[in-house]
Formats: sequence, structure tokens, C-alpha cells
Amino acid sequence: MMTEFFLGVCVALIALTFACMARAAVGPTAMDRLMAINIIGTKTVAIICVISLVFNEDFFLDVAIVYALISFLTTIAVAKYLQTGSLF
Amino acid sequence: MKDIVVVILMVAGTFFFAMGTLGLWRFPDVFSRAHASTKCDTLGCGLILLSMVVRSGFSLASLKMLLIIGFIWLTNATAAHVIGNTALKQGYPMLKETRTWIYRGRGE
Repeated sequence: MMTEFFLGVCVALIALTFACMARAAVGPTAMDRLMAINIIGTKTVAIICVISLVFNEDFFLDVAIVYALISFLTTIAVAKYLQTGSLF
Repeated sequence: MKDIVVVILMVAGTFFFAMGTLGLWRFPDVFSRAHASTKCDTLGCGLILLSMVVRSGFSLASLKMLLIIGFIWLTNATAAHVIGNTALKQGYPMLKETRTWIYRGRGE
């Protein structure tokens, strides 16, 4: 019973991810795209954690931690590149 | 009893994710979209991970989930601030009705 509920939550989150991806494709400025990518990263962390609950595998949580780190690094790097014109 | 709490928290988290996505589509400029996206990050992801902490009880997995919650609450506020700061310094178009004269003379 609870497994089907978790799968339904996963499907809802994936549909919302596609809505954010459409905003990232449409978005008029670069900052809109960057903000949509940021939300997609957060949603992916939530989806990975729910999937770890569906399959009863604990190692998906390590994947979620690393994905959160990389998503934050991506946002900071792209914002710094747009602000100063170079990464280093 | 525990399942009811899990279902309520997870539905609330999905609701906040949906509201954040709706705000990302409906708001007119970059700065108000940043307002919607931070709600989506903190409340949505926080409530969903909190429901999973309630479900798995006292274990190493719930400790990892609490670590993810703390990390996301730290980093997403920082990322939204960096995005807004970059948009302001690059001179991205603001909504015409924005009252920036209130804040003139403070800060700097």
C-alpha cells in the first residue's frame, strides 16, 4: 500500500520536473534558466530519496548527498561565470 | 498511525513543490521568481525528507536524511542569494511597479 503511494509521489515529482524543464527551455533571461535548473536539482534529490524508500536500499542516500553537492556547485559556478566573465 | 503522518508530510511537500513550479511559471520577472523558487526548495524538500525520517525511525539512514536537509537549507538560500545578486548587478529588467526607492540610501 505505501509502496504504491511512494511511486505516485515519484511520478508527480517527475511531472513537475518536466514543467521546470520547460521553463528552463523557454525562459527569457539566463537567470530564469539557472533558477529552473536549481529547482530541478532539488527535486532530483527528493526523487532519489523517495526511490531509496521504494527499493529499501540505503546507498541511494549517498548518491543524493553527492548530487546535492554537485547541484550547488553548478549554480555557484554558472552565476560566477555570468557575473565576472571567467571561472578562475 | 505512523503511516498517516508520513502521508500527510509527503503530500504537503509535493504541494509546496507544485506551488513553487506554478510560481516559476506565473511570476513576471527574475526577482519574484526567486521568491517562489526558494519556498519550493526549503519547504518542499524539507517536508518530504522529514516524512522519510519519520518512516525509517532512529537509524543511520535517517541521520543521512537529516544531513541532506541541513545541507539543502544552507545551500539553496545561498544559491538564491547569488542568483539575485548576479541579476541585480547585471541589470536584468525589473518589474515597472517595483518600489526600489524605499531601500535607497540603506546598505551600500
